[in-house]
Amino acid sequence: MQQTFVQPEFRVKIDYDKCHKCGRCVQQCGWGVYDFNERPIPHDEKCRACHRCVTYCPAHCITIEKNTLAFRDNDNWSADARKAVWKQSETGGVLLTSMGNPKPYEHIFDKLVLDACQVTNPSIDPLREPMELRTYLGRKADSVKVEPDGAGGFRLAEDAGLARNIKLDVPIIFAPMSYGSVSLNVHRSMAMAATRLGITMNTGEGGMHEDLFPYQDHIIVQVASGRFGLSPEILDRAAALEIKIGQGAKPGIGGHLPGEKIDRDVSATRMVPQGSDAISPAPHHDIYSIEDLRQLIYALKEASGYKPVGVKIAAVHNVAAIASGIVRAGADYIYLDGFRGGTGAAPQVVRDHIGIPVEIAIAVVDQRLRDEGIRNQASIIAAGSIRSSADAAKAIALGADVVAIGTATLLALGCHLCQSCHTGKCSWGITTQKPELTRRIDPEWGAERLTNLVHAWSHELQEILGALGVNAVESLRGSRERLRAIGLDEQTCRVLGVKPAGL
Amino acid sequence: MAYDLGRYDGFAPEHYREESPFKIHGGCGLMGICDESGALMSGEEPIKAMAVQRDRGNGLGGGFAGYGIYPEFPDHYCFHMMYHDLKAKDEAEEVLGAHFLIEVAEPMPTRTVKGIKDAPLLWRYFMMPHEHLIDEAEVTAEDFVVNVVMLINSRVDGAFVASSGKNMGAFKGVGYPEEIGHYFRLEDYAGHTWVGHNRFPTNTPGWWGGAHPFTLLDWSIVHNGEISSYGINARYLEQFGYVCSLGTDTEVAAYLFDLLLRRHKLPVELACKVLASPLWDEIDRMGADDAALMRSLRAVYGPAMLNGPFAIVLGFNGGMVALNDRIKLRPLVAARSGSKLMVASEESAIRTVLASPDELWTPKAGEPVIARVEGMDLPFHSQLHVTPAEISCAVTAVDACHELEVAV
Repeated sequence: MQQTFVQPEFRVKIDYDKCHKCGRCVQQCGWGVYDFNERPIPHDEKCRACHRCVTYCPAHCITIEKNTLAFRDNDNWSADARKAVWKQSETGGVLLTSMGNPKPYEHIFDKLVLDACQVTNPSIDPLREPMELRTYLGRKADSVKVEPDGAGGFRLAEDAGLARNIKLDVPIIFAPMSYGSVSLNVHRSMAMAATRLGITMNTGEGGMHEDLFPYQDHIIVQVASGRFGLSPEILDRAAALEIKIGQGAKPGIGGHLPGEKIDRDVSATRMVPQGSDAISPAPHHDIYSIEDLRQLIYALKEASGYKPVGVKIAAVHNVAAIASGIVRAGADYIYLDGFRGGTGAAPQVVRDHIGIPVEIAIAVVDQRLRDEGIRNQASIIAAGSIRSSADAAKAIALGADVVAIGTATLLALGCHLCQSCHTGKCSWGITTQKPELTRRIDPEWGAERLTNLVHAWSHELQEILGALGVNAVESLRGSRERLRAIGLDEQTCRVLGVKPAGL
Repeated sequence: MAYDLGRYDGFAPEHYREESPFKIHGGCGLMGICDESGALMSGEEPIKAMAVQRDRGNGLGGGFAGYGIYPEFPDHYCFHMMYHDLKAKDEAEEVLGAHFLIEVAEPMPTRTVKGIKDAPLLWRYFMMPHEHLIDEAEVTAEDFVVNVVMLINSRVDGAFVASSGKNMGAFKGVGYPEEIGHYFRLEDYAGHTWVGHNRFPTNTPGWWGGAHPFTLLDWSIVHNGEISSYGINARYLEQFGYVCSLGTDTEVAAYLFDLLLRRHKLPVELACKVLASPLWDEIDRMGADDAALMRSLRAVYGPAMLNGPFAIVLGFNGGMVALNDRIKLRPLVAARSGSKLMVASEESAIRTVLASPDELWTPKAGEPVIARVEGMDLPFHSQLHVTPAEISCAVTAVDACHELEVAV
């Protein structure tokens, strides 16, 4: 075989003086980095820096370092750019990758700061006062109509439609990730955590495994272009349905689950033959315009007894107009996925160069819907790299009702962002279907970690609300007056509807 | 309209506008009293109630509104006017004369009071609208009057309508409220309902028209608060065509009352539940019907919730409504003595007027105190025609209300 020009990205170093020679690293590594000959011998070129071996080495004798090979300086041809050319000239293929866009685009969240109360209005102590995070996801009536109840009070004159809203105890939900791209134990962990937290998980386009049925009231089922895993029974079980048009990591691109990942269980859940590739086309083949979307929305409502139907789109340039059309087409919520959102597999060129930041998308969509007087008709879910409770608070202040977390969810379960999900060899047992790897996640353990994470962020959101002097999240939602920009240009400030700090 | 508006097109008033690209911060003191039997109380009472709350203001704004104070002209619209100069007076009177039959035009009775200076020219007019103009315009008498108020406030430089209701009037200016009250000789008036206000602005234009109460037609609003949810409240209102240009919480509260009471026809009790929502825990403990109603109100009107500290008194011909924020971050005390119902920021104010009330309590967070004068209607449902929103419209010198009407 011809020698590759691409040198290993990492160096695996073992301190053999400390090494127990126990071979656990060999057993833990899903990438086949280690041979064992009296002691572990690492093959650097296979290492993904996922730290599974480092974490489980009883002697703490493994370190992973960057392979700091010197290149002659060239600010134009980065090492990555050179490597990409070498790889492609070796294979002739599209470069595949996974997880979210890692490029150093400007982080708008990091240039926004929140307000706090001083003197003229009091801050509120969340340890002593109620601090409410409950949110209803879905279409709201324009107004509430009441009539006298005959006993001196009033009652609802007509249903305000809340029955078709999903009650969320906190405005943080788990983002769609399909069974197939992630393991069933990841799904079990999310389902249990979502039920305990009073929030939702989302099947992605992979169907709902029967083990998840007990948690179905907290599960949103996705309807994507491959229509995998859908049946009248599943529509009946879902808490809500979500038409997936696009994904932030790969706007305009379909999906491809290779046949080797489709074992018996995945096959049964996706409703596709075992071992055959499951291909989701780029567009829905029955949606070539907005009126087609409307038909699918109402077909799903009819078929499901009028459950909430949301539409997930990638944040792209014209997102505000698209969102307006989606709301007018009858969607109960819009899911905006920014260009930093994760994926189980995507062409690198698409992941790194298509789409816009979710911060911008939230701001322009929320404003457009308000300008048109239809903001109440749909909730906005924002996703695409919500990294912390601060990001969540800023997204909500810009206008989101709810944030969805995907990458953070996987991080909580052990993901180290090695960007190799598409290989199906995840050493952490997350994005793989190999039984010896998937069993590394105990759903009970996973559910506890996810519950901890969302609890922690919820407490932090409460602290933020308290500092802002409000005690309900709806008073932060869309309240851009409580945000200020530091170091954003005037044009971006105007798009965001946020003043620069000092004004 | 008989009056030629064209001559004022493109005119930007230089005086009597609260210039406020930014939000105005401040605290305040307030009071409201209503004799539900309709018996009249001297204007000395609200002055006393505000005088003991002097420390709640800083001398940059005080004012009162009284109801039932002009029994000799019960059916006439009474305009209390502020003029920067005689030219403004001439122009405003021209507008008034074109729309109304002016029965009485007289300077407001005032006396010299130490501490009150730079007062504008203060006049009042008792007038009946020209019926044929109302018919021609195919509007209600209330809308007709509102249009005149808007016209004067937005187009006549140096003229401001301080109040425009029937059998009521607003008395306000820059000074401590007791000084303002004595300046206006309030002891010579008697009313069944009074509201009073003491202002502590931390960023003041020092403008007589900017003092509370905000009034239009029979509505008056006094307000002590700082709405921490101002940003989303204003954006929510924008969706319905309201333009919040004053940057004051009072304006937002007034528009919200307008939206909920007039346009969405909510009863005042429920409008109060929107502005100061019960906690989810409380809602979950309610009976099924009540819980469904409150859940819907919160989910639909979440952006309308006034979050943050406030106490507010809405006065009208027929009573008053007092309301606190949802966790009671600003003071509001209430008392009943016979047929008199009184609210104030401090108990001292109540004890000054009602020495030993039958009942004295601290209203719970978000629970409105509602006084109804016997034989007079409470502004419920569609009975509400002209509303507090226009109060702010009248002040903002923009034609927000016209846009609203189109939106309706």
